[in-house]
Amino acid sequence: MENFSLILAIVVVTALAFDFTNGFHDTANAMATTISTGALKPKIAVAMSAALNLVGAFLSVEVANTISKGLVDESGIRPEVIFAALVGAILWNLATWLVGLPSSSSHALMGGLIGATVASAGTGAVHGDVLVTKVLLPAVAAPIVAGLAAMVATRFSYAIGKNADGEATRKGYRAGQIASAGLVSLAHGTNDAQKTMGIITLALIAGGSIAPGSNPPTWVILSAGLAIALGTYIGGWRIIRTMGKGLTDLQPQQGFAAQTSAATAILTSSHLGFSLSTTHVVSGSVMGAGLGRKGGVVRWSTATRMFVAWGLTLPAAALVGALAESVTDLGDWGTAVVAVFLVAASAAIWKVSRREVVDHTNVNDTDEPAGVVTTAIAAVTPPPAGTVADGLTATIPAQATAPATDAAVPPTAAV
Amino acid sequence: MKIDWAALGSVFGVSLAVTVGLVALFTLGVAGLSRRERAAAQGDSTALALTGAYVCFATCAAAVAYGIYLIMAKA
Repeated sequence: MENFSLILAIVVVTALAFDFTNGFHDTANAMATTISTGALKPKIAVAMSAALNLVGAFLSVEVANTISKGLVDESGIRPEVIFAALVGAILWNLATWLVGLPSSSSHALMGGLIGATVASAGTGAVHGDVLVTKVLLPAVAAPIVAGLAAMVATRFSYAIGKNADGEATRKGYRAGQIASAGLVSLAHGTNDAQKTMGIITLALIAGGSIAPGSNPPTWVILSAGLAIALGTYIGGWRIIRTMGKGLTDLQPQQGFAAQTSAATAILTSSHLGFSLSTTHVVSGSVMGAGLGRKGGVVRWSTATRMFVAWGLTLPAAALVGALAESVTDLGDWGTAVVAVFLVAASAAIWKVSRREVVDHTNVNDTDEPAGVVTTAIAAVTPPPAGTVADGLTATIPAQATAPATDAAVPPTAAV
Repeated sequence: MKIDWAALGSVFGVSLAVTVGLVALFTLGVAGLSRRERAAAQGDSTALALTGAYVCFATCAAAVAYGIYLIMAKA
């Protein structure tokens, strides 16, 4: 361990921070429908999801072992590149959380990795065909597959069970929702916690701390599992609200159909080697369930915002990753600048979020003022944290004022 | 660039079939329980409805167990 350098330590900490935002961002995937239909109390739901995420992290190291292979050429990877990639991914996750939009953490991570690699080693180091077949195509397919399944299942469910009511029915759907949500949590732990393990392992290999081809060390598995569980428990309530209430109004039957469809699609696809993003699958199945009920409505404006966010995830995280990488390239002080920027930007986003708190007490309220979201969608790139680095502040000039003015002039000026 | 249409197609087919099957089974189970509730209220026999419901739920539980097995099998 004598070559466990400072940069390596920074990368590990940043990776764990990403894992935290990942859990935090994706609680909604497993638990949003369970919370919005009232099957579980919000706090209990996130606690259960956190526990299952932690368990899931220990079940396998398969995903961790494959994360580094394929998408980018690992020969050119230095710890700084991974650090830059993580900066892009974390900032995108926090920004989408702030506006309450579900977006794929995996895409954010891949985007950051691609951007940082291109900045470091040129476009040749990214495998374009892998990008299309492993990232873009699944992103389009996931919501369609899960959505159709959920829609048909909802139709069926209402047709078969139209005579079902009363206590037994209520209890039945409650148990069903909890079981399928638990399965999604478990699958999420095995997939997403492992991505971070893969990243940390990649950094350790790149930094020469462990031999190439090693499995993730136990402390990596443990800390990654804990980080994602903690993030899940803290709960990204804003996203839960969008997913559970913003897209459509769900009844227990629909919640059950949506969650079952999501669990099935995730398990089938990962088993058949066609990896789908949990976020995309769940969003699709929630919308499908919304369409499946007679008189059910999908709020397409919210859905459209979400689709836009999906489209932006990869390029936005790539851009931030690339900029971060070019700054770290300037030397050790550049890396320090990026680290400070990351902390400051995260703190700024958190501060903005405190203006309108969403937590377990009001997660099921729907009266989301349109003005906030509309302003916020303009600010999907993170708000700047003062003058940190020229290269970085350049990405975010226009949005800087939008949230700020919103705050400076209280209610009367609200749009 | 080679898109694996076969994998995509099978993911689509399997997801659709399994989801619809599971949800239908589960709904049948719930409907059975609800029927039992009504039958019990009227003093009729509840054995058939209850057995049917439990068969449905057991099949669902088996599917969940298989799902967990799939997650573990990747290790």
